[in-house]
Amino acid sequence: MERSIAKDVGFYVMLGIGLVLMFIGPLIWDLFQIMQITQYVVLSVYALSLAYIWGFGGILSFGQAAFFGLGAYTFAVASINMGDTTLPFVLSFILPAAFGAGLGYFMFYGRLSEVYLGVVTMVVTLIFWKLINHTAGPEYSIGDARLGGFNGIPSIPILNVPGDPSAWLDPAQMFQVFMAILIIVYVVLRLIIASDFGRVSVGIRENEERSSLLGYDIRRHKVIVFAIGSGIAGMSGAMWATYQTFIDPNAFSMEMSAKALVWVMAGGIGTLAGPILAVVLLQWLSLKLGTMHILNNYVILGGIMMILVLLLPKGLLPTFQALSLRLWTIGKSKMKERTPKGKAASDV
Amino acid sequence: MDYVLIILLEMLRAVSWLVLLASGLAIIFGMMRVINFAHGEFLMLGGYITIMTHNNGVPLWISMLILAPLTVGIFGILVERLVIRHLYGRIIDSLLATWGLSLLMIGGVTLVFGNTVQGVSTPFGAVSIGEYSIPLYNFVIIGFAAAIMLATWAVLKFTKVGLVARATMQNPDMAETLGVRTTWVYMATFGIGSAVTGLAGGLLAPLTGVVPSMGVNFVGQSFITVITGGASMIAGTLSASTLLGTVSQGVTFASGPVYGDAALLLTALVLLRVLPQGITGRIFKKSL
Repeated sequence: MERSIAKDVGFYVMLGIGLVLMFIGPLIWDLFQIMQITQYVVLSVYALSLAYIWGFGGILSFGQAAFFGLGAYTFAVASINMGDTTLPFVLSFILPAAFGAGLGYFMFYGRLSEVYLGVVTMVVTLIFWKLINHTAGPEYSIGDARLGGFNGIPSIPILNVPGDPSAWLDPAQMFQVFMAILIIVYVVLRLIIASDFGRVSVGIRENEERSSLLGYDIRRHKVIVFAIGSGIAGMSGAMWATYQTFIDPNAFSMEMSAKALVWVMAGGIGTLAGPILAVVLLQWLSLKLGTMHILNNYVILGGIMMILVLLLPKGLLPTFQALSLRLWTIGKSKMKERTPKGKAASDV
Repeated sequence: MDYVLIILLEMLRAVSWLVLLASGLAIIFGMMRVINFAHGEFLMLGGYITIMTHNNGVPLWISMLILAPLTVGIFGILVERLVIRHLYGRIIDSLLATWGLSLLMIGGVTLVFGNTVQGVSTPFGAVSIGEYSIPLYNFVIIGFAAAIMLATWAVLKFTKVGLVARATMQNPDMAETLGVRTTWVYMATFGIGSAVTGLAGGLLAPLTGVVPSMGVNFVGQSFITVITGGASMIAGTLSASTLLGTVSQGVTFASGPVYGDAALLLTALVLLRVLPQGITGRIFKKSL
């Protein structure tokens, strides 16, 4: 199923769309649209982090928000203290990745079952949320940055040109940088998935026992996959923090974890492009539904989640692919009067 | 001497608290290996029913001990029939669906009752031991925790229903072959587990007040207790509650309740590293 990149048309299409948007976008959109789309870009990076570990490593994390929030707070604290934002941005990848590796060690070397994994990751997020909410007093500050408890951290610096803290990026530049990050994350993940390492993780996803009997150390493998995903989630948290110039404990909320799950489920588990499309579609949808003031966010999110699980367990992209494939093969068989062999779905 | 007694009582209360929070979840997990992610919202529902009916003139004890468990139990059966039933054998999907349900319930209750804290005053006064005074309600919590555990044990051990339940737990296929309708057993289990959760929610309502998002404050403790305990309903819940309750209460004494929760999680993580299936995965394996 995991084919080499060279033959994967979908990959080039996505890459092309990304690059075109990155260069053309700021020319044709107004400021509001740019801000809106930047938000989609940031959340897409976040969605990719879970899409990778769940779809290509078979690790279902119910606590992706823990790493998102950790990255956001790391960036906030470090950049307020340092002034320059380059090193904090790097830190916001490294620290969550290291934490993910540590947590992964306990979970995967303990060989926890899927249910236990879900519960542990979720509870870790909860604890973070509680701890951060608790840090309201002035005694909870790291250097110049006050953690601020439930009030959050205001005036987080905007991303600047490396080495020059006074050269802030304007919204259009920020959009381009974030778009570039999204493209890089997408390409790197795609390369990882196509590499030997990625093939082994897909093998582990398919059948843990067989992979381990073939001599692969599934525990170490999963820890690495989990750490990569955690790092990417942390980085998206930092992007979120600098985009909003503000972060509060809701970054660690259950809702944030649930959103990542919903996007991946909606986009299709085992795809990278699907979750990105789902971010755009569902964020837009919840914006529209939210302005109607009949339903609140929780109802919308919960409702979508249940509908997805019960009615569309494969997600939108694979369902759509399967459907179009069927129409295509039906059309073809009608033309040629014979049934061709099914073609494997692409995994862009 | 008084101080020691107080500390012991507080420990006992912390342990009972965990038993109370976790037992409904443990019943469902022990039987079906499903974790109900909407557990916190089931507690919330129990709390809301208690407070809403009480504010409309129903005596507190009736709304707490009868109406809350009954309503949440029926709600649980509905959820099982409409959602969980379709997801047997797809454990991950059942987790995701119940999580969706949890968000849906938070949103729904917010829509109906608004996002404000409502409460009733805690019944009973306090009793003084030496120079200290502790609320009598603590003894109610300890009493109910003990009663739930005893009742579960007695039902499982001595009744025909319990026998059927234990058979289904051990080997559902064989039980089905011998004429047990396992789907009904699962439905009943989910209902009973939900009812116990509703009771717990009713009991904690006077202590904490109710707000739609209150579940989040309790699910962490409940989940950790259940997975640390493992698959045995009673031995697991009791052993995990005793261990974790003592640890968290100790840390809470030393540095405040937030760190108590963090200590709970750390203990559980280390423990699961050694005993990945929980305490009863290796010790007390044959117990209920």
